[in-house]
Amino acid sequence: MQEYSALSLFKNAFTSHKKWQPAWRKATPKKVYDAIIIGGGGHGLATGYYLAKNHGIKNVAVLERGWIGGGNTGRNTTVIRSNYFYPESVALYDLALRLYEGLSKELNYNVMLSQRGMLIGAHTPMQMEICQRIANAMQLNGVDGELMGAEEARERVPLYNSNEDARYELMGGIWQGRAGVARHDAVAWGYARAASDMGVDIVEGCEVYDIIMKNGRITGVETNLGSIQTENIGIAAAGATPSLTQMVGVDLPIHTYALQAFVSEPVKPCLDTVILALGTGTYVSQSDKGELVFGGGLDRVPTHGQKGNLPVQEEVISGLLEMFPAFGQLKLLRQWGGVVDVVPDSSPVIGPVGPDGLFINCGWGTGGFKAIPAGGWLLAHLLATGEHHEISRPFDLCRFAEGRLIDEAAGSGIAH
Amino acid sequence: MQHFPCPFCGVRDETEFHFVVEAGKPRPEPAKDVSDDQWATYLHLGKAHRGKAKEIWLHQTCGLYFLMNRNTVTREIISSEYLPEAEE
Repeated sequence: MQEYSALSLFKNAFTSHKKWQPAWRKATPKKVYDAIIIGGGGHGLATGYYLAKNHGIKNVAVLERGWIGGGNTGRNTTVIRSNYFYPESVALYDLALRLYEGLSKELNYNVMLSQRGMLIGAHTPMQMEICQRIANAMQLNGVDGELMGAEEARERVPLYNSNEDARYELMGGIWQGRAGVARHDAVAWGYARAASDMGVDIVEGCEVYDIIMKNGRITGVETNLGSIQTENIGIAAAGATPSLTQMVGVDLPIHTYALQAFVSEPVKPCLDTVILALGTGTYVSQSDKGELVFGGGLDRVPTHGQKGNLPVQEEVISGLLEMFPAFGQLKLLRQWGGVVDVVPDSSPVIGPVGPDGLFINCGWGTGGFKAIPAGGWLLAHLLATGEHHEISRPFDLCRFAEGRLIDEAAGSGIAH
Repeated sequence: MQHFPCPFCGVRDETEFHFVVEAGKPRPEPAKDVSDDQWATYLHLGKAHRGKAKEIWLHQTCGLYFLMNRNTVTREIISSEYLPEAEE
């Protein structure tokens, strides 16, 4: 692997930057693999990387129907945080955040993690009470989270509407200083490059038509590029996961909805944190290019189409303008949608399902990007050992039959 | 704005409707014979159909629960109809 550094940049300048190698190999599938990962987004590529790095299993393929990072990894609003309520969730999302903190160095790939802090803003005394409860829970769980008062919140976000007639006056909220944003494509590409370097095959344009099993054990997959044998499959395919598990007769507690995101035209720096307002449900940050990146709630019509609908666009944009009237001057540059896999308790499903050798990592809903390193770490652990990691165990599918849900929609008010 | 057809009211804006459940999931009964797994399957598990789907929707403004056939990829509405009468 070609090392990326200031020196290599300097050296390559002498050859007009024409000698850079591709970041990862374009692989064609072999006949047999020790493990196959279906889905070449962040979670799938991270799984490939940690299988090779943590467990020394390098005869691995990551199969991607389209191009890597072209699904939700390339469609999200790049926010990373771990401000959840239940200890199980905090352990999971903070594992991801801690791994993100060292990721650029580990992968030798700048994922542009910017821990600029995130404010969950309240506008009623009741919401402040909820914020206090969540901040307390975060502190008990050992994560940095604090209640922020109105004055400091307004100082942090000076453009927020503080007029006397403001509909959603900012009363303060929960502050997590380690939260922030990262470059989403770089996360996918960084993992792909590092995994490929250790021998993991990344196969793009490879669609799985069928999952083959024999005597209750996975034996391989049928794809548009032919049959591939393996005894271990990990699925990290978000909204496409239910269609895949149904090939072996497993239904999942997943509904698929479109989630939209928006960017404005670029402007000079005007917002240096991430802010989510509980009153409007809209959240926004400013990208390094200066665009305002924002989004809100789910479209209410279950779909597999990667596009959004108009009523939710109106809601999200009107929410943004209530918070920041000044942004009404900006033009909307792009709008898009991704298909997210929503679970009744707004927590992911990680663990074995169906025949021996099949594992899933899905149900991240609207919050999958922030969890990429943890999702990959835990799915790799499952594939390598066949057993749950301590952190993934509470998220097993069996929690639905056992009635042991981890309801973050009720706990932290995060409705994904 | 997408439009959905309510069998009683006719074509209305999507904001008036609410997705309820995938059709064809009978409630397991009698309750005393239902295992935890069967109940969890009934309550939570589904197909999340990609393509043609048959679903129960609620028209919130008139309160009618009805069946809708639609395509979840293209968003085409195929048909909508009253729910069949419950068997005695």
